[in-house]
Amino acid sequence: MSLSDGDIATIWLTLRLATTVTILLLIFATPVAWWLARTHSWFKGPVSAIVALPLVLPPTVLGFYLLLAMGPNGAIGQFTQALGLGTLPFTFWGLVVASMVYSMPFVVQPIQNAIEAIGNRPIEASATLGAGPLDCFFTVVLPLAKPGFMTATILGFAHTVGEFGIVLMIGGSIPGETRVVSVQIYDHVEALEYAQAHALSGVMVVFSFVVLLILYTFQRKRKAVGMTYGR
Amino acid sequence: MNIKKWLGFIILFALTLCVEAKSVHVAVAANFSNTMKSLVKEFENTSDYQITLSFGSSGKFYAQIKQGAPYELFFSADQAKPDALQKDGLVITASRFTYAIGRLAVWSARSDFANKIETKLKEGTFNKLALANPKLAPYGAATLEVLQYLELIDATQSKWVRGENIAQTYQFVSSGNADLGFIALSQLLGKKWDKDKVKQGSYWLVPDSMHQPIKQDVVLLRSAEKSQGAKAFLDFMHTEKALVIIAEYGYLASNSSNIGQDI
Repeated sequence: MSLSDGDIATIWLTLRLATTVTILLLIFATPVAWWLARTHSWFKGPVSAIVALPLVLPPTVLGFYLLLAMGPNGAIGQFTQALGLGTLPFTFWGLVVASMVYSMPFVVQPIQNAIEAIGNRPIEASATLGAGPLDCFFTVVLPLAKPGFMTATILGFAHTVGEFGIVLMIGGSIPGETRVVSVQIYDHVEALEYAQAHALSGVMVVFSFVVLLILYTFQRKRKAVGMTYGR
Repeated sequence: MNIKKWLGFIILFALTLCVEAKSVHVAVAANFSNTMKSLVKEFENTSDYQITLSFGSSGKFYAQIKQGAPYELFFSADQAKPDALQKDGLVITASRFTYAIGRLAVWSARSDFANKIETKLKEGTFNKLALANPKLAPYGAATLEVLQYLELIDATQSKWVRGENIAQTYQFVSSGNADLGFIALSQLLGKKWDKDKVKQGSYWLVPDSMHQPIKQDVVLLRSAEKSQGAKAFLDFMHTEKALVIIAEYGYLASNSSNIGQDI
């Protein structure tokens, strides 16, 4: 079992992608999760459904629509061109945007569940003690919902690492830019390079196992809080 | 329990078995899918056999066949996978022949590129150049040879976007994300070899002197050695009707049989 330089480059790229996506998702998904957990609006149903869509849709469908939407004639493409950023397909940031869509439910839902589990009382209590909404979020909600955030971080990261179909559709397999581990494994298999495919796949299996092991060990400790996710 | 009802079920079941027995399962490389659909339509008009088609990449079919996939015929996109299967002893060597020779085309979906594709390619005045991954797809390997021949590798390499196969490469161009793309001529042509049939944009037919011929071989799998249906379909591939259809889709037909025998 030996990994080539090309293989190692794909591992670094994948980790860079997953880290970027996870950080951005935690920033963008938290307000969404907060809103979904607290609102009684009529829009809750439709927004929840949109957030959960990537769970159901085949990644190739998402990838195909993203390729069209982010292309020069698509809505997102027109927007990024107007900003002077060019178009997103075949770029690292294109993959970041696509992965954020793809991993969205895995980050929103654990956070939403955690905030819902806290309930109204601690939040109302903090308000009576004079805490503003931001203060309340950082000193009350964040500590109480920490297990939810941990789960969201791990799942978002792991899900992005395991992504394949979307990257295949919009990536263009450019070394160091869009050629991630899953695409590299696919290339090895297609090229009948089974030894290299085995090596890289082995790394993926071990990595995935360790991530899930951390997740479930962590959840067992938190069981009393009712913070399980994924089983 | 109503015995007549049961009898009906059993007869129906037996009938489906009969139908199943006459169906030939064929694995086809993605670039040949349109052509194959037309061929099968023609074949089924005159034959009692039904053809069940599976489309995909040759590399995947190779892996599946090695693991005992129930295909009877394998229309590969190249000669490498039939070679490998032959080495593994999984095919009937005598059945093998080149069913088509692919042609490369450089295609653009942009109307302002019409009749200027060759110039644009050589000048480098385009945003991205889509090609099938040379490591995986025979059309990609041929693309590399053409770029080598034109001494354009260094000039264009930074603009390459690789599709996993020729179908994805087509998609990169048709969605407007890449100005130019090396694809299979068969993807552009409908039923007729006719420039007007290209739905979108225009193409430059790459002279076949610029690359090794893209020979695509078919093999009969050893597990289907006795299949009459598979043999009937292979025979059909040699008929005038079949050769005409293959040519209409932009392939050069070739019938040199048993080319792989010395392996």
